[in-house]
Amino acid sequence: MTELVLRLALTAAAALVATGLYGALSQQSIVMIMMGLELVVNGLILGAGAFWWAGGQPVAASVLVVVLVTVMAVEMAMGFAVALAIYRARQVDLTDDAGELAG
Amino acid sequence: MIALVSALGAVAVITGLLVFTVDSMARATFLLLASFVAVAVVLIAFGLGYLGTVVILMMTTEMMIMVVFMVMLMMNPAGLMPMTMVHNRRGSWAIALVVFGLLTAGVWLVPFPTSGPAPGPDPTAALGDALMGGQMLTMMTLGLALLATIVGTVAVAVSRR
Amino acid sequence: MTAGERPSTPVVETLRLLGTQRRRTPADDPALARIGLVALPVAAVLALAVVPLGDRAPVDLDVGVVWFNAMEVVAWFAVWVFGWGPNAATTLAGGYRVLPLGLAYELPHMFAIITPAIAAGSLSPTAIAAAQQDLWYVVWMPAAFLLYLLSVAAMAFWGPFAAPLGRDLAGGAAAEHAGLDRLLLLAGRWMLLTAAAAMAVPLFLGGGAPPPITGPDPFPGLPVLWFAVKLVVVLGLLLALRRAVPMLRMARFATLSWVVLLPLAVAQSLVVTLVVLA
Repeated sequence: MTELVLRLALTAAAALVATGLYGALSQQSIVMIMMGLELVVNGLILGAGAFWWAGGQPVAASVLVVVLVTVMAVEMAMGFAVALAIYRARQVDLTDDAGELAG
Repeated sequence: MIALVSALGAVAVITGLLVFTVDSMARATFLLLASFVAVAVVLIAFGLGYLGTVVILMMTTEMMIMVVFMVMLMMNPAGLMPMTMVHNRRGSWAIALVVFGLLTAGVWLVPFPTSGPAPGPDPTAALGDALMGGQMLTMMTLGLALLATIVGTVAVAVSRR
Repeated sequence: MTAGERPSTPVVETLRLLGTQRRRTPADDPALARIGLVALPVAAVLALAVVPLGDRAPVDLDVGVVWFNAMEVVAWFAVWVFGWGPNAATTLAGGYRVLPLGLAYELPHMFAIITPAIAAGSLSPTAIAAAQQDLWYVVWMPAAFLLYLLSVAAMAFWGPFAAPLGRDLAGGAAAEHAGLDRLLLLAGRWMLLTAAAAMAVPLFLGGGAPPPITGPDPFPGLPVLWFAVKLVVVLGLLLALRRAVPMLRMARFATLSWVVLLPLAVAQSLVVTLVVLA
């Protein structure tokens, strides 16, 4: 039973990661790309929680959730800072118009 | 537990997919928040009450910040004119489906060593002990990363004029 | 809203709103607005569920303080979304005002509610109330209590913090909501204010325990009564706050919060932490 619940949760986590990946790859707007990245991290959080529950409650798994939540905060803060800087410089919010970031 | 995880997992995935199909940015934010809350409720059901609650708290705040930027920067925030802003939709779908297939195959084929939900000590206290004890290095790294983020975001975002 | 009110005003107003038509605006998003309008009272009830009414809470959650905090942030979302829904300038601007307000009060608020939790060594409101047998926390953490009172008014966007529904915006986020929608909005706000005031009782005022009076307990064995008395006192303090302080401008409150209130809250929790560790 424990193993089935773990596999179901991990399947949902995989679906969330794939959905987020689709969004991050296909969207043109910076904010929508960040939503895709957040969905990926959301799936990772679900997976870490499932491993915590099924694996005898290892404390490392809950520390991983803390790390992932922090990753999300950092990703969002930096993403919005870059979006704001690009918008200020070029009045655009689409990645296709921000070619100078390609280097 | 099987039914709960299946139902909330499905809710999280479906709302996550809908994020990229609706026109209105406010609706997209709401759906993304719904996806996060579904995952948070699963965490609470697993016994991670503190972390699940913190996910709800943080994600709600984060979505509120996000919505400000969306209305500020995006050309059609309310979705009053239906439009799509995507590139390479087919390639993205292909990559996403391949990743999903690989991950799911791994999930159902790899034998997981499950020791079962052991009634351990208070998970909140255990997490706190770990972060302030054995995992102190992780905590310090996270703190420094957040400080660097604060400095970095301000440096990038402030107007130089 | 205050001038010319009689004791019968809430009843009359409720009946009037129940009998009024809802209002639609062009190109609006009624589904989303309705979600926000329902989320506000629901968040208030979910926040109240972890508050020990007397000696035990309806839901005795071991992380009740964090849960309370999360539900009260849901109220930001509710206000923003029902301000967004009608697709009107005044409601949108009113909804936006909840964000500078929230970002200003939230950090002092978090430190204010975590300070009793530090002193009691628990995140459960029941355990925090039980830890105050000898000394109420309001006595030795007065700054945290005052900050909590301020943030109660702010989280219910009420009194000096009513800018999201401000008269300068013709009613702000509530401007286009009539009938049942408006009733949900205003009732949700009062419920949120009451729920937040109720949380002050276990956090700072000893929960359902009688105050340190000499002589016999006039309500022996009835912690619910003591809880109600203390709740009335907290609500009275909030009413006094509304009378004493005019409506604040959001930018000014943000400056005050980050420059004065946040350092004060950090200092208060630091003092309490040192006392607990000593």
